[in-house]
Amino acid sequence: MSDARLIPFRPATEETPTTRLVLIGLAIGGLGLLVFGPLLIVFAEALAQGWGAAIAALSNPDAASAMRLTLIIAAIAVPLNAAFGIAAAWFITKFDFRGKAFLITLIDLPFSVSPVVAGLCIILMFGSNSLLGGWLVASGYPIVFALPGIILATMFVTFPFVARELIPVMIEQGRAEEEAALTLGASGWRVFATVTLPNIRWALLYGVLLSNARAMGEFGAVAVVSGKIRGQTATMPITIEMLYNEYLSVAAFSLAAVLTLLALLTLLLKTALELRHADQLAAARRP
Amino acid sequence: MHIEIDEISKQFGITAALHPVSLAIPSAALVALLGPSGSGKTTLLRILGGLEFPTSGRVLFDGQDATALTVQERRAGFVFQSYALFRHMTVFDNIAYGLTARPRANRPPRAEIARRVTKLLDLIQLPAVGTRFPSQLSGGQRQRVALARALAIEPRMLLLDEPFGALDAKVRKELRQGLRDIHDETGLTTIFVTHDQDEAMELADLVVVMSMGRIEQIGKPADIRARPASAFVRDFISA
Repeated sequence: MSDARLIPFRPATEETPTTRLVLIGLAIGGLGLLVFGPLLIVFAEALAQGWGAAIAALSNPDAASAMRLTLIIAAIAVPLNAAFGIAAAWFITKFDFRGKAFLITLIDLPFSVSPVVAGLCIILMFGSNSLLGGWLVASGYPIVFALPGIILATMFVTFPFVARELIPVMIEQGRAEEEAALTLGASGWRVFATVTLPNIRWALLYGVLLSNARAMGEFGAVAVVSGKIRGQTATMPITIEMLYNEYLSVAAFSLAAVLTLLALLTLLLKTALELRHADQLAAARRP
Repeated sequence: MHIEIDEISKQFGITAALHPVSLAIPSAALVALLGPSGSGKTTLLRILGGLEFPTSGRVLFDGQDATALTVQERRAGFVFQSYALFRHMTVFDNIAYGLTARPRANRPPRAEIARRVTKLLDLIQLPAVGTRFPSQLSGGQRQRVALARALAIEPRMLLLDEPFGALDAKVRKELRQGLRDIHDETGLTTIFVTHDQDEAMELADLVVVMSMGRIEQIGKPADIRARPASAFVRDFISA
């Protein structure tokens, strides 16, 4: 007979059952209260008077115009931001120069400046009272209270997303692979296309998705520069607010549900891509 | 290819990585740049490869001034310290990279590229790893793939930065012989950087001992052992 007593297995990092229960409960409760609850309410309110009312609200010309405008803005602002974000991250991570820290701070500026302030700045720069704006309006290219102003405001607000995602990844990867490609005779563009871009594509995708979500959802800056002209410069978030203020809650929530669905769609896209390229993700990890 | 380094210096800001150094490397030699970290040996290697440009001085390849040649024009096979294999490409694509990167006019056809890659995989004695990714290889295998990738461009010289630095002692010994064999077979002027005096003495025809951005001594291993030129060299090679 053996005196050895079996000690139940317990990982060193594990907490007691009570602690686990409390922590998990808090997490689920918080998520439910802050994320799932509101999400459900949006859809419940949209369908409060049935599908017919919701669809009727969405086929209203103003709602349709808002949806079109929001998609146009995202389609223009997101690719431009991706290009600028890649350029900024490339510059910061692959070169040494004076004022690098300042440039990184500058890229973060849109995170710390209130979107409303950003919108006001655009009005001051390009409004018809300014020298530049006056000339632009006179030449028939108004910026403020028109599409270009909304795109500028959206780009300002979403600018950090792509660069912020890319910079840590590119710092971690270093410059050795690019240098190796150069010694093998590849031109700068070829190095970018065949070495840099494939190495950052996942970070780039996350950056673009975040940027896209924010571009479609941006309210503050766009509210200031758009002038909220119904059917012309009112984006989806602005139209939602106006409808809500007019007590048209089904219409407001129907549009809100569409905006939410767009966001969920991007998340779904991301997950699908990850699943499809799981092998590549694993293989591309640092050897 | 005969390489001549003529009064090369390199400043990084206010620090001098290299004081003017001169060095002649005969064609087909296997040369070690030996020294502690911070001695300027890697900087010198990178200047030869065109990854760094000197503050003053000239580099001559076969008597021709090569100082202004771009990294692509140098055609130097470069093996990096951590190998810098393209992690998102298979071993085959890694080795083929230099050939597929050529302008269309002098790019070999696909079948020819495949033939050459297969030949290189045989040369490094890893015929079966073509479809694997770098992350699926051992350290020693990665080093050999990096060597094959550098050889694929039919380089004019071979430059290796601490080629055995990241390997354990046993693999290191094997690969030393591997490098010697490849050097003898290809007849390429080969320069490698190391801080390991055993490695330098055992492998190289010519050892260049460096310290603090200066060349302390140039000589055959036996000569350096027999007649160290300075107290530093005597200390360093007896360590």
